[in-house]
Amino acid sequence: MKYVLMFCGDEAQFADIDPEITKKTYEDVFAWFTEHSEAGRIANGGAELQPSSTATTVRAGNDGEPVMVDGPFTESKEVVGGFTVIDVPDLDAALAMARTWPPLRYPGASVEVRPIIDHDEG
Amino acid sequence: MTPATAGTSADADAALSAAIRAEAGGIVASLFRLTGDFDVAEEAVQEAVLEALRTWRRSGIPDRPGAWLQVAARRNALDRLRRQQRQEKVVARLRENVTVEEASPDEDERLPLLFGCCHPALAVEARLALTLRAVVGLTTAQIARAFLASVPTVAQRIVRAKRKIVDAAIPMTMPAPEQRAARLDDVLTVTYLMYNEGFVSTSGEHGDDRDLADDALWLAGLVATSLPGEAEALGLCALLTLQHARQPARFDREGRLVLLADQDRSRWDAAAIASAEGLLERAAALRRPGRFQLQAAIAACHASAPSWEATDWLQILVLYDMLLRYDRSPVTRLNRGVALGRVRGAAAALPYVDALAPELGGYHLFHATRADLLRTLGRADDAAVADARALELTRNPAEQLLLRTRLTGAGQASAPDSPGAAPGPH
Repeated sequence: MKYVLMFCGDEAQFADIDPEITKKTYEDVFAWFTEHSEAGRIANGGAELQPSSTATTVRAGNDGEPVMVDGPFTESKEVVGGFTVIDVPDLDAALAMARTWPPLRYPGASVEVRPIIDHDEG
Repeated sequence: MTPATAGTSADADAALSAAIRAEAGGIVASLFRLTGDFDVAEEAVQEAVLEALRTWRRSGIPDRPGAWLQVAARRNALDRLRRQQRQEKVVARLRENVTVEEASPDEDERLPLLFGCCHPALAVEARLALTLRAVVGLTTAQIARAFLASVPTVAQRIVRAKRKIVDAAIPMTMPAPEQRAARLDDVLTVTYLMYNEGFVSTSGEHGDDRDLADDALWLAGLVATSLPGEAEALGLCALLTLQHARQPARFDREGRLVLLADQDRSRWDAAAIASAEGLLERAAALRRPGRFQLQAAIAACHASAPSWEATDWLQILVLYDMLLRYDRSPVTRLNRGVALGRVRGAAAALPYVDALAPELGGYHLFHATRADLLRTLGRADDAAVADARALELTRNPAEQLLLRTRLTGAGQASAPDSPGAAPGPH
């Protein structure tokens, strides 16, 4: 069963974090990926995203013509900062991985777990 | 809950419910094991329950109700799988496996099913509805009536929850050891809500209304028996047993609510109280305290007191202080406020209770409790204002009647519920 883990957080809060702690967190994230890759649980490494200030959104327009706007698709403070695709037996296994995501030590951080539709199955 | 009118028809209904309840969850679990399709298994059993209600009401409960339900559920599952024109292997397996399975006594398949239905990835209302249907064997209509909701609302809730179970692969298994305590708490919370949030129709319009208090007691017993090393499972079982033991005295002959302070304690079920105390002792021996054990200990203090006045309020206050370490909810603090009033006086309790206004301003028992304290302090006018606010906010007819009586001056001594029994319409 494949799931996407979407790593979210509040960028304003992240900016205030001590660089030493940030460095340690990156090391922990690297170790997290290494551990789960070796266990065969990472289906696709995914990506770490540039800050949401670099985002441009193309939105359905009123007259049928798409409209381009600056910024991410929601105005919420919590933005997606990266994602990865995992392959595990069930939701409990996915949640167990999400719980150990190192940046969850920061306030406002979250991981959204979403199953992927597998068009090859069923 | 309001007691059902006694009589042969009610007895027959209770027997019917008990027979279904004893079997339904196990059959969902075994059909799920055979088909690998939770939705098919659950729907097939639900249909079988509906058939059983119709048939058994007419011709009586069969000698082996479990076998009857199993045969009907399997036929329904086969029909469903055939209609979907898939899973030929599963259909074949179901056809081959024609002997009626005897439930294995040492491995209750209902427990993993129960943990799955109470999974934290589901909304709380969905956990409750799904547990009632899949584990306890209620019909959608019975659930809707018990929660004063419409049938389509409840049906929708169940459909969505099952879709999520299938699409997100929520496992119907016992949780991993490190998650065990938190997940057990979710299961116990659903059981507690089942007892305290359900209503029994008093109209008598539907013959097959279920008494959710009975169902919750049964479920709490199932969990405590299956997990005898879990102190909180024993604690919840003790708590619900104590609440139920006082049930006969909660209403007078005219069906009016009677406050704990005024209840005829000789009508409490002494045998049930003794058995709950035994459960609590077993729980205490495990040395893992928790919120359900502490609530049960508070309820036990009330149950063993000869009267409201002769209650050991200091002990109850100490237990509330311990409970607050596990449960800081405003309702628990409100109940502590009542105990505080008995130990240190209304003048000390009023500011403590008033401080809960931002959180409990919309809760009728907050205003009723304030009214009590104000009356004790001789502030009759302020008390009447608080009682009037409580009356505006309550939906429960029995509580409305009580508050109206108090407002017209018949004057009773305490809030329309008590510390030790969680306020609620049970």
